[in-house]
Amino acid sequence: MATQHSRSAARLMMAPAVILLLGWMLVPLLMTLYFSFKQYLPMRGDSFERGLEWVGFENYVRFIGSSSFWPSVQATLLIVGGVLVITVILGILLAILLDQPIWGQGIVRILVIAPFFVMPTVSALVWKNMMMDPVNGMLSYVWRFFGATPVSWLSDASVESIILIVSWQWLPFATLILLTAIQSLDSEQLEAAEMDGAPVLSRFFYIVLPHLGRAITIVILIQTIFLLSIFAEIFVTTGGSFGTRTLTYLIFQRVVDSQNIGLGSAGGVYAIILANIVAIFLMRIVGKNLDR
Amino acid sequence: MSPKTVLRASSALCLCASAALAVTGSAASAQDTTITIATVNNGDMIRMQGYTDLFTEQTGIAVEWVTLEENVLRQRVTTDITTNGGQFDIMTIGMYETPIWGANGWLVPLDNLSEEYNVDDILPAMRNGLSYDGTLYAAPFYGESSMVMYRTDLMEAAGLEMPDGPTWEFIEQAAAAMNDPENEVYGICLRGKPGWGEGGAFITVTANSFGARWFDEDWNAQFDTPEWEQALTFYVNLMNNYGPPGYATNGFNENLSLFQQGHCGMWIDATVAASFVTNPDESSVADSVGFALAPNHEGVDRRANWLWAWALAIPAGTQQADAALQFIEWATSAEYIELVAENEGWANVPPGARTSLYETPEYQEVPFAQMTLDSINAADPTNPTVDPVPYVGIQFVAIPEFAGFATEVSQEFSEVYAGQKSIEEALANAQSLTNDAMEAAGYR
Amino acid sequence: MARAVTTRRKIVTTVVAWAVGLLIFFPIYWTILTSFKTEAQAVANPPLFFGFDFTLENYAIVQERSDYMRYLWNSVIIAGGSTILGILIAVPAAWSMAFVPSKRTKDILLWMLSTKMLPAVGVLYPISLLFVQFDLLDTRGGLIVVLMLINLPIIVWMLYTYFREIPGEILEAARMDGAGLRAEILYVLTPMAIPGIASTILLNVILAWNEAFWTLNLTAVNAAPLTAFIASYSSPEGLFYAKLSAASTMAIAPILVMGWFSQKQLVRGLTFGAVK
Repeated sequence: MATQHSRSAARLMMAPAVILLLGWMLVPLLMTLYFSFKQYLPMRGDSFERGLEWVGFENYVRFIGSSSFWPSVQATLLIVGGVLVITVILGILLAILLDQPIWGQGIVRILVIAPFFVMPTVSALVWKNMMMDPVNGMLSYVWRFFGATPVSWLSDASVESIILIVSWQWLPFATLILLTAIQSLDSEQLEAAEMDGAPVLSRFFYIVLPHLGRAITIVILIQTIFLLSIFAEIFVTTGGSFGTRTLTYLIFQRVVDSQNIGLGSAGGVYAIILANIVAIFLMRIVGKNLDR
Repeated sequence: MSPKTVLRASSALCLCASAALAVTGSAASAQDTTITIATVNNGDMIRMQGYTDLFTEQTGIAVEWVTLEENVLRQRVTTDITTNGGQFDIMTIGMYETPIWGANGWLVPLDNLSEEYNVDDILPAMRNGLSYDGTLYAAPFYGESSMVMYRTDLMEAAGLEMPDGPTWEFIEQAAAAMNDPENEVYGICLRGKPGWGEGGAFITVTANSFGARWFDEDWNAQFDTPEWEQALTFYVNLMNNYGPPGYATNGFNENLSLFQQGHCGMWIDATVAASFVTNPDESSVADSVGFALAPNHEGVDRRANWLWAWALAIPAGTQQADAALQFIEWATSAEYIELVAENEGWANVPPGARTSLYETPEYQEVPFAQMTLDSINAADPTNPTVDPVPYVGIQFVAIPEFAGFATEVSQEFSEVYAGQKSIEEALANAQSLTNDAMEAAGYR
Repeated sequence: MARAVTTRRKIVTTVVAWAVGLLIFFPIYWTILTSFKTEAQAVANPPLFFGFDFTLENYAIVQERSDYMRYLWNSVIIAGGSTILGILIAVPAAWSMAFVPSKRTKDILLWMLSTKMLPAVGVLYPISLLFVQFDLLDTRGGLIVVLMLINLPIIVWMLYTYFREIPGEILEAARMDGAGLRAEILYVLTPMAIPGIASTILLNVILAWNEAFWTLNLTAVNAAPLTAFIASYSSPEGLFYAKLSAASTMAIAPILVMGWFSQKQLVRGLTFGAVK
């Protein structure tokens, strides 16, 4: 149905979005690339206007040679992976639960999606102070109520705590998308299977799960993009200590704490590379689902 | 599609459209003179905000406050000054930033302060710390050292008496005697939180009082020395035995609220905390707090005293330098101190900045006044350690790279506190990452 | 739905669902509750669920210290403005991708998403320098543009999936009747697309409202939204649980209320083409 006319019109209509995003991608990216080959130490008086010294690949070598680099990649993958696993599994279970006929469905749905509206800074502050504080936190009361010793969450189970906080924030998103997908499931098919006496588990694995494939793909894709750059949750709670220094946080330390813009920029380039590796990996594994 | 949905969607659209209109319609109408001040959300600064209306009445200069949590503030003002952002007319910075920024020419020198301001009244330690090359670059709003705060009632029950200048060995003995974890009273609360200004500052002064130092005179890191190992081992044993659970994430604020709730037998921290822990409105132990000098290891001629000031400085790019200077003179003056004293009592005035405050008879009656002054006077940033060092600063090293590697070093140590690393491992990592950073910066 | 449901099963699922819902909501509930306590009661052991002196003192203190309305207004303008601007740019793009797809459409979509992968801290200096250069620091306009660009890929993608569900035959019919491109969009597509556009708007208002890196680093006074407001309460000296709770409640209340009123729309709308 696409005529030549509509095709050029289409291009024209796409142009603003594409050009803007191209600019938004290229300008900072090129500046980052430029800085990554320069010595840029603002605290030592280096400035963009006065010109910066070319240092070749020194920043790249130094960034990757630091003893913090590989642990940070590991932490990033651990946190992103942990959150994805938790949100997808719990999201499916929650979506199935919310799809059942229950009293007060609307209110329960509101309760479940509420965390999505909380800004990351606030949710990190609330979890850190109100829930996880080893003396005054709610969890420590619960532990003590059962006679257990309160856990120092943010130091003894730091990565798990970050995963918990971030999962809490993103579970509503996963649940919502999976819920819409489940609601579109043909209920007659399910009923027929039930009549045939198919057990609950096999109904789930042979009918529900395949139907959710595409929705799960979307959840993983969108969340990965956001999760790779989580920052506020770590900044507020652990400050990157106790094994929670992700690549994003390591870059932050290089740029803001050490005031080494060149080194941080080289880290930014590595972060893009890592993000793209993850993206390609994702496409390979789950990308087929998008084509349906 | 239901009409209701359309209605909802279009009302959402209207909301956004009106918002967009408001953007164009709200070009700021400039008042006569307005200065913007970036500050940290500490109690004394918040109190100062309450009094700014008086300043505006007197001078006609309006004041806009940007109050941020310490880490966010540091990030925000540093980016602003290095990119020449020019968003602030006054910045609240510390003793670490001031000489570095002053040396870079980023701050307006405070060399034309008025006669009435009496710059000579500023405590010499503070004035030195906020100067570069003999020029003052920031005026101290309040200053602090560190000291021991302890529960007199618990000490008495334990049958011990705190000397004015205790040793670490005595502190350990007292902590053991007061420790009562079943009732959630811990012998001692100390900072363990990662960050160069948090746990990093505390372990550095502790190390100083064991005879250790960050660098030798050729800028070689010193974490491989027995003094550092001794200091760190002592701290870790002390806290593991008698500290609160999860001390690896406790900083100033966490410890303050623990102490105020009666969970700590002793707390060694900033002298400014004294007015919070003795304030009956906030503290459940207000009437049973005693003070002593920060401890030293037996036979070491340095105590665990630090020196810090939160100070007001004018970034060089500002258009409002005169108005900003007027504000600084007002906020750090002796009159401001009197103003606060009149309204909130002498115990709540910003401490540690002016000599005259400590000569005021009313202030001398405040229980922690003398100990604060003694602690500040015991701190010497130009000569912080037993062995000579090439740097200035007690709980920090006044070079631009310090904030970066010291944060990482303190994270290594906090992992020891949390039981995730051994002392040897952390010291070895600290040694290598500090030397790497110094090499990158061209010191070695 | 003709599924046969026994009452017993409904009771069991209701109980489970409510328990899970309340558990997930608990941190928010606890924060709101604590904001009405005194500081001493906020840290009482055991924790107080009722029987505390209900007080609005914390809200009064917070309001006295910072002018809440100004931050709120900035948040509304920035979140709303960036969303509306994003929609204006994204609708034509998504329309053309959906109705005049080419071989590269999917590549372009994925490329757009990939622009979100550069971590914000990595470009703190480039963006700050650009903002200084163009005098955009602490302006709402500058933030609106940045947040629009950050969320544009998501907007385009969401709209694309909605538009794709609109059957092509309707367009054919409209064209038969001699409708021009403009009329086609205005009278045929727009009404059909409004539910999708509405939920896209909702999602983006939420994302823009909660963005906490650029809104903090590129503002000072005039454009500072609620994310900057909360940064002045995050760890003050002394007991602060109740005040922190009050400030947190104030920061999230508007978007929470908006979200609740529109949750049906959001549930229906967040399909990302997942349906079918």
